[in-house]
Amino acid sequence: MPETTPQKEVGRPASNLPPLSLHIPEPRYRPGDTPDFGDIEVPAVEATPRPGEATKPDAMRELCYGLVRVLDFDGQAKGQWDPRLSPERLRSMLRNMMLTRAFDDRMFRAQRQGKTSFYMKCTGEEATSVASTMAIDRTDMVFPSYRQQGILITRDYPLIQMMNQIYSNRGDHLLGRQLPIMYSAPEHGFFSVSGNLATQYPQAVGWAMASASKGDSRIATVWCGEGSSAEGDFHSALTFATVYNAPVIFNVVNNQWAISSFSGFAGGERTTFAARAVGYGIAGLRVDGNDPLAVYAATQWAADRARTNNGPTLIEHFTYRSEGHSTSDDPSAYRAADEATAWPFGDPIARLKQHLITLGEWDEERHAAQAKELDELVKTTQKQSEKLGILGHGMHQPFETMFEDVFEEMPWHLKEQCDQMLAEQEAKFGPDWKPE
Amino acid sequence: MMAETKTMNMIEAINSAMDVMLERDPATVVMGEDVGFFGGVFRATAGLQRKHGKTRVFDTPINECGIIGVAVGMGAYGLRPVPEIQFADYIYPGLDQLVSEAARLRYRSANDFICPMTVRTPFGGGIFGGQTHSQSPESIMTHICGVKTVIPSNPYDAKGLLIAAIEDNDPVVFLEPKRIYNGPFSGYYDRPVEPWSKHDASAVPEGYYRIDLGKAATVRAGEALTILAYGTMVHVTKTIVEEMGIDAEILDLRTLLPLDIEAIEASVKKTGRCLIIHEATRTSGFGAELAALVQERCFYHLEAPVERVTGFDTPYPHSLEWAYFPGPVRIATALTKILKD
Repeated sequence: MPETTPQKEVGRPASNLPPLSLHIPEPRYRPGDTPDFGDIEVPAVEATPRPGEATKPDAMRELCYGLVRVLDFDGQAKGQWDPRLSPERLRSMLRNMMLTRAFDDRMFRAQRQGKTSFYMKCTGEEATSVASTMAIDRTDMVFPSYRQQGILITRDYPLIQMMNQIYSNRGDHLLGRQLPIMYSAPEHGFFSVSGNLATQYPQAVGWAMASASKGDSRIATVWCGEGSSAEGDFHSALTFATVYNAPVIFNVVNNQWAISSFSGFAGGERTTFAARAVGYGIAGLRVDGNDPLAVYAATQWAADRARTNNGPTLIEHFTYRSEGHSTSDDPSAYRAADEATAWPFGDPIARLKQHLITLGEWDEERHAAQAKELDELVKTTQKQSEKLGILGHGMHQPFETMFEDVFEEMPWHLKEQCDQMLAEQEAKFGPDWKPE
Repeated sequence: MMAETKTMNMIEAINSAMDVMLERDPATVVMGEDVGFFGGVFRATAGLQRKHGKTRVFDTPINECGIIGVAVGMGAYGLRPVPEIQFADYIYPGLDQLVSEAARLRYRSANDFICPMTVRTPFGGGIFGGQTHSQSPESIMTHICGVKTVIPSNPYDAKGLLIAAIEDNDPVVFLEPKRIYNGPFSGYYDRPVEPWSKHDASAVPEGYYRIDLGKAATVRAGEALTILAYGTMVHVTKTIVEEMGIDAEILDLRTLLPLDIEAIEASVKKTGRCLIIHEATRTSGFGAELAALVQERCFYHLEAPVERVTGFDTPYPHSLEWAYFPGPVRIATALTKILKD
């Protein structure tokens, strides 16, 4: 055993002052506990006023600590925030959310069947992507995090392209370079998903600054989770946004869990995430993220504000991550099993369905038929996608694509390495081998 | 045909490059701490805001993550951002945006999005900057796949290379050797600084021209050995070689990535000896990469082991700066050894 130099003794010098104590946050419920969220404050739907879109941030601080709601738990839309959408719009919103869920279920299963390496569902959080995307222009630029598949679905991005990316098959326009669900769709105003957390935050601000400096009318929106709001990038972004009054909407999807770390490890024990806006002097809204109409209304408010040069808004979507973080996660190891069902804000799809039924614009039969139709659509598309290959069954991209796009033009050292790799493949598979 | 030239130091040449690009390309924007009204702590952006307007040339918060991250977003919009990081030592808070975002964007999105950004930043010591204003992080940059690394050594090159960097559709880290902003450095800190006006490379065309990235320059042709250097060390090396009367061939690499391997190979095969000189710390420095390449490609032409002259593997010391710096004694010792071997 090598000798080690002992650390300087860490101890308490003699003192008659009381000892300090270190606080380590702890979630209220762990596996085996029965969760009870009865103490979460649920303000009445009518209780939250809707200020004008040009209101100064310090005159609307209360909204950072309250909860913007539209749908009550009986399916009625009420209050100043009611966006008064047509039944047709509401049905379209419902369909987008249902399609997102059907897609998630199918792709989750595909991963479990070994057809791809990884998948992430957004179950319970569909409203935060779908409703907010419906409230902005199709040409506005979105900078998603990894759980915003609802944006692509809402913008009618072809499902097969999403699946091709998930399978890294030969239809994958990202050439199998990215982990599943890290989509990129510029023609749908959807920035390349990074896989690093919150890096898209300052990028969205830069895009919005560019749009403003060019006298464009498009705005940017960006997403992260409450967990990654702890990243420096989040705070860099809010600083730049307030300094330049950038036309950007910051979405924090507070789904309570960052893998196994509850929101307390991002600072959620002592304040709301919407309240981060207060210190930066930007508008903040805290929204019931399981209420699609509240999400729509808040986003519409923020979009109007940004588009009229009244600056950025931070929206906290208060919601719950009903499933694991990803296919690599097992939430039963760290949280109580029944949290999702005990969550007092219900399920966004069920709530919008109930609202439409209350309006007399929907019924159980149509709902069941639509669910079946969407399942079929996803299943049929999946079959088409799988014809182009699944991960690990045949190599779908020409080998040399590995070296392309590192730079616009391939420099000599990459050409040399590419030649080396091709020679290795030839040694392995023989000279006549071609990708499937 | 040579356009009208003007005598410029490095700062003026760099300023002129940005001025030309702001004029030529409405997508170009210049930003960074203190770069706007004030014109930068080294004056590299002096007058640019007044001439091109506040939305083209502007100050930023003291937040390098934000500066580079925002520039990535501007690039995605279609702008051509030229952020300044006030000292290369301050680039680390922005490194994640550079390494994992700017450098990877084209690749990960298969050309959906690109990042045509040029990060300008003064680097290197010899100005009593202490450990947080003196570092040479070039090998950190060359280790990132997807970033080009450029280091000019004189006003003429600085302007032509910076224009080429700004026009490049990939991210470029443009490291400016601040010790030679105002004049080439002989390596003798106790001698007066010679101004750029006495140097041929201070004759800089006023308009647009570019020097392609990836091309080394032969500072001095010779037969006795090849010396690979860049930035400040080009001038220090030249001084010592001339003092010792050695017929050295000095290559100024100018771009570290992509590297001009052809020029290096041709020169080393001709001379049979190779000395690598940089100011950065030794271990895993860019000299290690150069030594490996020379050994791989020129082994049978070598008559002596490849030698490295570098800074030491310590933080840059404030008061002992000149004991740290790879100056005349260290270079002369290495030259004597490699010519004897």
